[in-house]
Amino acid sequence: MRELRLNGKTVKVEAENGTPLLWVIRDELKLTGTKFGCGVAACGACTVHLDGEPTRSCQTYVEDLDGVEITTIEAISGDQVGAAVQQAWTELDVVQCGYCQSGQIMSAVGLLTSNPSPTAEEIDTHMWGNACRCATYQRIRAGVQRAAEILEA
Amino acid sequence: MTVRMNRRGFIATAAAAAAVLYVGISPNGALAASGDATALNPFVRIDADGRVTAIIKHFEMGQGPSTGLTTLIAEELGVTMDQIGFEFAPSDPQVYNNLAFGPMQGTGGSTAMANSFMQYRNAGAAARQVLIEAAAAEWDVDAAGLDIVDGRITGGGKSAPIADFVAAAAALPAPAEPRLRGPDEWRLIGKEGTVKRKDTPAKIDGTAQFAMDMQLDDQLVVVIVHAPRMGATVASVDTSAADGMSGFAMAKPLPDNSGVAVFADTTWQAIRARDAITVEWDNSAAEMRSSDQIRDELIAAVSDTSTWAPKGDQAQVAAAVEGAAKVIDRTFYFPLLAHAPMEPLTCTIEPTDNGGVILHDGAQFPTFGHMTLSQVLDLPMEKIAIRTVMAGGSFGRRANATSDYNRECAMAFALTDRSRPVKLVWTREDDIKGGYYRPAFAHRVRVGLNDRGGIIGWDHRIAGQSIMKGTSMEQMAVHDGVDHSSVEGVADTPYAVPSMSVGLSDVEKATSVLWWRSVGHSHTAYVMESMIDMVAQESGADPLALRLSMLPGETPAQTRMASVLKAVADMADWSNTGDRALGLAVHHSFGSFVAQVAQVSGGKDAPVRIEKVFAAVDCGIAVNPDVIRAQIEGGIGFGMGHAMRNQITLTEGEVDQFNFPDYEPLRISDIGAIEVQVMASAEAPSGVGEPGVPPAGPALANAIARAGGPRVTELPMMTQVDFA
Ligand code: FES
Ligand code: FES
Repeated sequence: MRELRLNGKTVKVEAENGTPLLWVIRDELKLTGTKFGCGVAACGACTVHLDGEPTRSCQTYVEDLDGVEITTIEAISGDQVGAAVQQAWTELDVVQCGYCQSGQIMSAVGLLTSNPSPTAEEIDTHMWGNACRCATYQRIRAGVQRAAEILEA
Repeated sequence: MTVRMNRRGFIATAAAAAAVLYVGISPNGALAASGDATALNPFVRIDADGRVTAIIKHFEMGQGPSTGLTTLIAEELGVTMDQIGFEFAPSDPQVYNNLAFGPMQGTGGSTAMANSFMQYRNAGAAARQVLIEAAAAEWDVDAAGLDIVDGRITGGGKSAPIADFVAAAAALPAPAEPRLRGPDEWRLIGKEGTVKRKDTPAKIDGTAQFAMDMQLDDQLVVVIVHAPRMGATVASVDTSAADGMSGFAMAKPLPDNSGVAVFADTTWQAIRARDAITVEWDNSAAEMRSSDQIRDELIAAVSDTSTWAPKGDQAQVAAAVEGAAKVIDRTFYFPLLAHAPMEPLTCTIEPTDNGGVILHDGAQFPTFGHMTLSQVLDLPMEKIAIRTVMAGGSFGRRANATSDYNRECAMAFALTDRSRPVKLVWTREDDIKGGYYRPAFAHRVRVGLNDRGGIIGWDHRIAGQSIMKGTSMEQMAVHDGVDHSSVEGVADTPYAVPSMSVGLSDVEKATSVLWWRSVGHSHTAYVMESMIDMVAQESGADPLALRLSMLPGETPAQTRMASVLKAVADMADWSNTGDRALGLAVHHSFGSFVAQVAQVSGGKDAPVRIEKVFAAVDCGIAVNPDVIRAQIEGGIGFGMGHAMRNQITLTEGEVDQFNFPDYEPLRISDIGAIEVQVMASAEAPSGVGEPGVPPAGPALANAIARAGGPRVTELPMMTQVDFA
């Protein structure tokens, strides 16, 4: 048994050393908003925040999370930037299949938190690692820009 | 399985104790209303409190039926989009059959809107009519003076919510032919800004349930050690290194020896155990060829006389071409491609108390899955239920006549004592290496030109592995030896091409193959549209003018194709190209017409980047214009991304690629803005999920050539083009 800080609460988990955080969240804590896409840090579907930093949970191990605050998509609406990104995603109907979108949103929130008005190029650079097989990219780009506007207002 | 086809989309109603109104199709195929859900198969349900639920027979992989079919019910019934929800229909091929496929329920071929347009409107209209009749009787007014507006029955000086009449309406018979609202009454269909996607809220807060998200009590997770070569079988298994690993339950060969099923309590435990297990394979019946050999065979086949002749007389046309003043002779090659939907394949089989099972699946062809489970588990159809959940993309992969992953899950479940739910999980590696690829194809085209540059003959030869032959779809799709899906987009081109022949040769099976978003059009459009640009270049014609000259408006298809071309040319300001490098392509597929212009930078001395893409689409009546735009945007990305850099290759029968690092998806930085214009139309709605794909590759290829880059005839482009 070990303790993790997740979405503002302390949770107990049994996973052994070497278990990726992704599977702890999904299979043990049964929070399935964080997705499995590749398992090798190549798609971004599994993105969560560790102390506010977007991080690939498929390559983060359960033993390395002492004292780290983990945030998943399920709690992102509680964050002002998170709520703005969700609002922008709704206004622009960004999603298609939706499977990549938890990760897209977590990455977008990370970007806007550190850079409140990113250029199109900065968005592309930051969001590069979040693949969308449905290719919703232009709405993602517009969604980040729209969220920036919402936050500025 | 036989199913009564019901061309007119009759509908039935139903009422029950709890005062619920269902409208759908009754067992005799008629439109029916009832309060009893078992009396009919519903398309819409209205609860006692007036809550309206559209029951969606097509699965949602992002293409939008949960929004589109809901829109049709809301429009006809007279409720707002906020007053209606949706749920997926259970598997019942008798009722939810896709009218385009015949006796089966399924989603594919961009048919969801086309085949449901009348059915769902009729159901919504019938529900409106019985509610109005119930109110008219109660109020003692003429039903003709009543309508439903924003969920209230209104008229004759009265107004009440539909909830008040649910019970009374459920006791009334459904009209045989309900009055449909005319286009002038539409508030939602085709109206910009009135409809938001119904699946957005759950997809942005982590609550949408995909098949991968099944977490049943006490479930076992199974992953499979798949044979590395098609046709290889398990020779021996050594599980000693996995024994004692936490959560590991057991590992057993699948009954057909195609792999080894590894069971554990959680996904990660199963993956770890799989890594520890060693399997020896018997390769005696395995495919050992490399993709280079397959390529050579295809190229040889198109250099020879074709086996089948879907169009024209090859010898005659070849003779005409050989005598032409000028011949453009090009050979094209298209590699194997994986679908790689974002959600890897997965499904869960849950045992029920009565000895049956529930399959939880992002089910694209529920009827096939249903039959497969019945056969593998030796259960009667009625003991199997299929629960459709969200699918994280598909691009064709989840639809297949052998229901491969449903079968695999059923075989694994049968290896257990059937007391615990079994969830099958494919990793990305299983997906990339797992077969069912878009087949490799070669084309050779020889176009003969006269001395004024006019086309006098078009000899087109195609070779590839047939998708349909040897499957249950063969009878439907193969005629006179020709698998239409191998030649669609060429043999049936709307272009007026003087003296055209199309030949087809099949090649022997090298891997399992499957339709891949836009099927044959994924390669045929590339060839047609590249050739036409080459003809334009050779004859000094403008690529737009040449295309328009080949679309003289002699058929409706020519007229519609010409009008999307003109529209996209306007959008891209084609006549004022300036120093922009623009590439044009147009294609007709799945009943729709899409023209695109790609604008690239670089090409000659600098790396190529897609700066902008313009598209015009005519898909008949545009039910949800923004969903259509999204599908075209996505289709463009999908088409261009694969043309740029994707291929599956084999070395001695083994797939070389393993995951996204070497099957690199299109990334956000690869593509600039996309502008899509949806054409106004009064034609019946046609496909949008696939038609955006075919013109994308050739528009990019034509832009690269016009930018001074190479003319790419062998995909992926990446081997010859440097992308930014
Ligand atoms: S699943 Fe972690 S990056 Fe793809
Ligand atoms: S929305 Fe389907 S993968 Fe991004």
